[in-house]
Formats: sequence, structure tokens, C-alpha cells
Amino acid sequence: MSLKQSGRRLSKQSLNGFINYGIVIVAYLVVQLMISQGLMSNSLQSLLVPVCCYVVMAVSLNLVVGVSGELSLGHAGFMSLGAFSGIIVSVTLQSVIDLAPLRLFISMVVGALVGGIGGVIVGVPVLRLRGDYLAIVTLAFGEIIKNVIMVLYVGVDENGLHFATSEAGLNLTEAGTAIVKGPMGAVGVVKVSTFTAGILLVLFTLLIVQNMVHSRSGRAILALRDNRIAAESVGISVTKYKLMAFVTSAALAGAAGALFGLNYSSTLASRFDFNTSILILVFVVLGGLGNIRGSIIAAALLYILPEMLRNFDVSKYRMLIYAIILILVMLATNNPTIRNFFLQLRQQAQERKGGQAQ
Amino acid sequence: MTLLGHLITGLSLGSIYAIIALGYTMVYGIAKMLNFAHGDVIMVGAYICFFAVTSFSLPPVVGVLLAMVVCTILGVIIEGLAYKPLRQAPSLAVLITAIGVSYFLQNTAQILWGADYKSFPNFLTLGGQTGISLFDGRLNITYAAIVTILACVVIMLALTFFTSRTKMGKAMRAVSEDKGAAQLMGINVNSTISMTFAIGSALAAVAGVLMCSAYPTLSPTTGSLPGIRAFTAAVFGGIGSIPGALLGGILLGLVETLTKAYITTSLYDAVVFALLIVVLLVKPSGLLGRYVPEKV
Repeated sequence: MSLKQSGRRLSKQSLNGFINYGIVIVAYLVVQLMISQGLMSNSLQSLLVPVCCYVVMAVSLNLVVGVSGELSLGHAGFMSLGAFSGIIVSVTLQSVIDLAPLRLFISMVVGALVGGIGGVIVGVPVLRLRGDYLAIVTLAFGEIIKNVIMVLYVGVDENGLHFATSEAGLNLTEAGTAIVKGPMGAVGVVKVSTFTAGILLVLFTLLIVQNMVHSRSGRAILALRDNRIAAESVGISVTKYKLMAFVTSAALAGAAGALFGLNYSSTLASRFDFNTSILILVFVVLGGLGNIRGSIIAAALLYILPEMLRNFDVSKYRMLIYAIILILVMLATNNPTIRNFFLQLRQQAQERKGGQAQ
Repeated sequence: MTLLGHLITGLSLGSIYAIIALGYTMVYGIAKMLNFAHGDVIMVGAYICFFAVTSFSLPPVVGVLLAMVVCTILGVIIEGLAYKPLRQAPSLAVLITAIGVSYFLQNTAQILWGADYKSFPNFLTLGGQTGISLFDGRLNITYAAIVTILACVVIMLALTFFTSRTKMGKAMRAVSEDKGAAQLMGINVNSTISMTFAIGSALAAVAGVLMCSAYPTLSPTTGSLPGIRAFTAAVFGGIGSIPGALLGGILLGLVETLTKAYITTSLYDAVVFALLIVVLLVKPSGLLGRYVPEKV
């Protein structure tokens, strides 16, 4: 009996996962079809890669906020790490590797590694604490990253990479180029990101996150979220599993950052500020905490919608609307009175349905 | 002599942080939540005072009092509408709501008052002078710094008296210790929490005016970063502890000023936040905080 039940549940889970892959692949095919038929404007086409990045950011943040139950407010910081390390790698390898997709791939791998290392540095001390400390430390981390990149100068010449805090301090030879120029950010980047690469990254993210959530580790993470003390008392290591979720999420954010950074010819550190972290959090909350499909849809819709509504002058109210949405969603899902009200409505609707059937 | 000057600047900056940190620490102690919107209440207070003084040409004292009244009402409304319905909810939900409130305040301010920087008038002057000059001008102390430090001392004394001697203050301590038991003793928990928000928000208004007198640029995001630094100060001193907020605030102000003066002018935020991470690693309950074991 129990075996049968668990078997059925498992198949439902994997079905859910396959639907998510399906949605992404169908979206890709539809977009490709629209481009080939000339149905998609240039401004909309320029949004395709960022949308993929934000979908990856939302799904990976959901792993921390929804699945692990810890609030991270510095997700954009990991994106920033990935973006700048990815740019540095790509520019450095430009003369060595001619193949742009391969360079993009290596940049994304390095971005993920750097993001993951950042995740370990932030996560190890903080995840041992309880309470809202992770939120405030990740926020602080995001600010530190932004601050450091604003004063960092990186250049490359035949002797290798140079790091300094001023352009003159780089000591580049004639053939060298400055990649990151402090407050001016990264400049002169060759764009190598493509929509196909973005979709592949989204699929890879889904593969990682979905398999992780439904694995033994994923169940441990969920148990820790629901009742830390009970989970600890049956021998689940808090730090290990929380760190696992956090570092995976940071690494995915790093990869998304590399893709994002290599989509523009120049990138500023201030693009990855607190507002960006909040934007991603809004995607996650609106899509539903712990709901991966919700994150994908919310990120894609909420990123494209304001751009399409630009002509109607709503951009002024955009963040205000997001703030109200954030508050209302939290109240609706967490207040007992409001929740019971919705539950009653649903029950009444079901009863009416049942009555008609008779 | 320059060191003395930096110390006084740091002390006055630290006093501002301490006043803001008091709001965080009191709310955290009693409602066990991180009130993200606290920094934005500071901004609202500064705007109210700014408009009262410049547009309606009211005397500065009236402006400050008006700001305090408005912020108190605002704090109570925020608590009642956004936080009270979530009293039983998991802390993640409350935290996200608080971020929503913070963004709501920032963006409402931006729509109402514009995103541009306003230059806040310095009305802490005496006979046209903004400060006193000692030792042949080698040491300059602004009146704003003196008033800020004095205000911090007065607020600390008043709060200590309030929490230890008055009935409401004792009720607050009881609620922060054990909500259920306090309720059984006939304490109205909801009104006590509202009262805490009211006091914290009134203090935020004072901090806003003092901060903008010392650093006279006012914009909708003025409050957010000082708010975060003040929260760092509260954690540093031990969250939930009133003397801890004072100590943490002053130390943070000194560290920030001395870093700016002697180490780096562009990375002081990084230094402050790195300090937070180190403190959390070494002493998670803060300098004066108590370690509370969790009961099952």
C-alpha cells in the first residue's frame, strides 16, 4: 500500500518536472518560430537572454527561499561575481579560443565556480546561526561585492592578468587591455551570449534543482525548513544541507551572471544592486515559494511585461506595484483569517459543483 | 588634534546610528522581527520636517515635533496593517512583508516628492555660525554634532527610565521575555507591541532630522543604507538589548569615520559589513546580547 503510494507520488513529481522542461522547450520553439517569421520586434528580441538569466536567478533563489526557507537578499551579488569573472575569462581567452560558444561555456563554468565559492564564504559562518541573520549578511555581502568591484581594475596582457585599484596601477604592456575599470565597470566586452545558450542554462538549472529537491538531500532540506529541531534530532546536519542548497543556488546565479554579463558590451557593478535582489525575490514570492514552475512563469512574465507596457508610462509605478504585490501575497498566504476565507470559497465552489452533478 | 576631530565626528555619527538602532532592537526584542521599513520611516520623518520648515516656514522645533507625530502614526499604521495579521506566521513571511513595506514607502515618497536630491537646511546654528572653532581653528565642532550627541544621551536616559520604572515599560520587557505568560498576567500584548513601534518610529523621526542636519542630502533612498548600518550596529551590540544598541551604534560610527579618514574612502561600507560578519562568527549574540537556548 505504502509502496504503491510512494510510487505514485514519485511519478507525479517526475511528471511535474517533465512539464517544466516541456514549457521551456515549447517557449524556445515558439520564440524561434516567431523570429524566423519576423513576428518579434528587435527590442523584444534583446530581452530574450536577460529573461533566461532572470528565470535561472528566480529558480535558484527559490531553492534558498522556498525550499530551504532562508531569506537571501544578496542574490544579485552572486550574479555580479559570475558576471565579472565570466567577462574577465572571456576577454582573456579571446585570443586563444576562437569558438564563441566554447568561450561562453568556459566563462559560465568559471562564473558558477566563483559564485559557488562566494556562497561558501558567506554561507559557512552564517548558516550556523538562527534567525534573520542570513538575510542581513547576504544583503551586506551584496553591498561589499558592489563596493569592491567599483574600485577594482583588471587588465590583461601577454604576462597574464593584472589587478589594481587604479588604471595606472595595472602596469599593462602595449598589447594589454583593461577589462574592468573601477566605477566604469567592464567595457569593450565582445557579446557572445545567445538565446540558445540561455535556454540550455535554464534546462540545466531545472535539471539540477528538480533532481536535488526530490533527492534524499532535498528531503533533508525540506525537513529542516519545516521543523529544524525535529530534523536535527533525527540526525540531519543543519549546516551541511542548508549550505548545499545555498551554494548550489549561488553557483547557478554565478552562471546566470556570466551569461548576463556577456550579453552586453559594457556592464556596471551597480546593475547588480539591492533592487535587483528584491526584483528576483518578487519573482519568487509571486510565483509561489517552493514552486519552481511558478518562478519560471513569474520571472518571464514580470520581466517582459513592464518592457511591453513602457509606452503607457507605468514604469514610474512599477516598483510601487511590486511592493504592494509583495505585501498582499504575504498577507493572503499567511494570515489565518484570509486563508480560511479563501478555503471556504473553494469549498463552497466545490459543493456547488457537487450539487449540480447530482 | 585631527584625531580628536575625527573622534567627535564618529561619536556624533555613532549617536545617530544608536538612535536608529534603538528602534530596530526594541522591535526585534518584542516582536522578534526585523523591521526592514525602519530606515524608510527615518526618510519620511526627514521629509516631513523638511517641508514643514521650508514650505510652511514653521520653526524647526515644530517641524521636528510634527515629524515625530507623523512617524509615530505611520509606525502604528504599518504595524497594524502589515505586521499584526502575520503575528503567527513564519518569520520569513514577516521579513518579506517588511521589505515590501520598505519598498512601498520608498516608492510612494518618490512619486509624491520626486527622486531628486533635496538639500536639507541646517538649522542647528547659533548666531549664524554652524559650529565652534577651537585651538585656532585646528578643531572644528559643529553644533549639529553637539546636539546629536546630547540628543542621544537624553534619549538613552529617558528610555532606560521608561523601561525600568514605568508600567508600560515593564509590560514591554515582560512581553519580550514571554508573550504567553505576559498575556496571562493581564498585559495587552497587541497594544504593547503597537507602543513599541510608536516609540521606535518617533525615535526614527528624530534620527532622520539629525542625520539630515549633519549630511544634508535628502532623497527617497536616504534612509535605507543608514538603516542597514544601524541594524548592523544593533546586531553588533546584541540585538534586543538597549545598552547594546548604544554601544554598537557608537562603535560603528567610530569605525566608519576612522576608516574613512585613515584607510579608504570608497570601501568603508565593505569594512563595516565585514565587521558584521566577523562579529556574527565570533560572538553571534553580539557584545551585550544574551544567549537564549531554544526550548523544544
